[in-house]
Amino acid sequence: MSAVYGPIRQIAAALAWILGIGLSAAIVALSRPDFGLAELVEAHLEESGVRHPVTAVLLNYRGYDTLLEIAVLLLAVLGILAFRPPGPASIPDAAPDSSPVLAALSRLIVPLIVLAAGYLLWAGAHRPGGAFQAGAVLAGGGVLLRLTGTIPSFESPNAWLRVSLVVGLGVFLAVAALPLFEGSRLLEYRTAEAAMVILVVESALTVSIAAILATAFIGAAPPRIRCMSPSRPAHSAEGERAGQS
Amino acid sequence: MLGEILDFSLAAILIWIAWRTVTTPDLFNAVVLFIAFGLLMTLAWVRLHAADIALAETAIGTGLTGALMLDAVAHITGKRGRRRAGRNPS
Amino acid sequence: MHVTVPTGTLGGGRKSGTVMIGGGLIYAMAGVVLFALGFYGFIVHAHLVRRLIAFNIMGSGVFLVLVGLPQRVAGTPPDRVSEALVLTGIVVAVSATAFGLALVRRLYDLTGETRLPNDPRPEP
Repeated sequence: MSAVYGPIRQIAAALAWILGIGLSAAIVALSRPDFGLAELVEAHLEESGVRHPVTAVLLNYRGYDTLLEIAVLLLAVLGILAFRPPGPASIPDAAPDSSPVLAALSRLIVPLIVLAAGYLLWAGAHRPGGAFQAGAVLAGGGVLLRLTGTIPSFESPNAWLRVSLVVGLGVFLAVAALPLFEGSRLLEYRTAEAAMVILVVESALTVSIAAILATAFIGAAPPRIRCMSPSRPAHSAEGERAGQS
Repeated sequence: MLGEILDFSLAAILIWIAWRTVTTPDLFNAVVLFIAFGLLMTLAWVRLHAADIALAETAIGTGLTGALMLDAVAHITGKRGRRRAGRNPS
Repeated sequence: MHVTVPTGTLGGGRKSGTVMIGGGLIYAMAGVVLFALGFYGFIVHAHLVRRLIAFNIMGSGVFLVLVGLPQRVAGTPPDRVSEALVLTGIVVAVSATAFGLALVRRLYDLTGETRLPNDPRPEP
């Protein structure tokens, strides 16, 4: 930091000051907020199928944004996997942490993580929660399992992983396109089925978000073969085949 | 009254940690401070009555971004999970 | 907090300018400062990971403004549409950061550098 080019630093600081002061002045000069959208959200909450306004906004009123968001997530993980270095297959995986405390803790925590994720998914209909929070918690569990060595680094995603990555976007697209065949517009759920539809979409989204975020972590590093441990032999034959391909 | 004191303190700490994150000379320091910043943001979201955002910020914004950044920093500095040699005293 | 402000600011055309400042305004101001700090960090640093960190700080500042601004006057209910937008924003920011980090790793693997080529800033 001390060797950062003098003029750049001063110009950047001046710009940052101007930006900060200008925006603060703009904020203070704003007029009193009006309540327009909040009233609309509350008014149509019963028809939306869920009882929590944020979930209703995310998956019903502005479902299109969520659809594009899951598409962006999928694109990001595809990009991460595409930029993965092929990696010499003879580099062994980092030895899983041999600390018994971490192993025992992860055995305790991961079932709780799954439970918490399931609760967050179900609770999203009437309390803060929902698909993104549940998927993120599950992804955290996946990262923990990766760090303790339970989940190995993969050469390329297997079929189950690929299905999990796309199931969220697929189900959401199917659900969104279904009203088109009945003459309505995109994402216009029928009021009677909105609750069930939102639950199905949220479940698919949870699976997908968990898979995507966990793959973004695991798939960023180059593939490595499983480290030799007393209970499991290293997959050196696979590694050699991968090295020759 | 207590609420305003909490809000002011939290905003001040957030700004101070962000300032330290931007100006610290060491990369690893910056990542760890960023993770702490994310955790404090969670408190800010709770104070703003946005529990959904608090949950998402903890899990995604702090946990996953922190893990990704630590992994990338370990890869870039070439010292996976071991001591950092020659760290600048900050 | 009761604060007397000139008419036209926050009171929006009311005769007497006394409004209760809500907690949201403090966080909105903090969000603006965070945005400026992140902006400074983004320009000043050459190391790509530190630029990503500064970019994330800018993003957090924007989210604070988005959620804090509707609550700038005490007594307003929280704005649910803003919260949904910020939720989407957090997820998109994470995916952009993850992708950016993958790009930085690849750049490091290929060139050994963590700064963009032709970057005029001197080595730290």
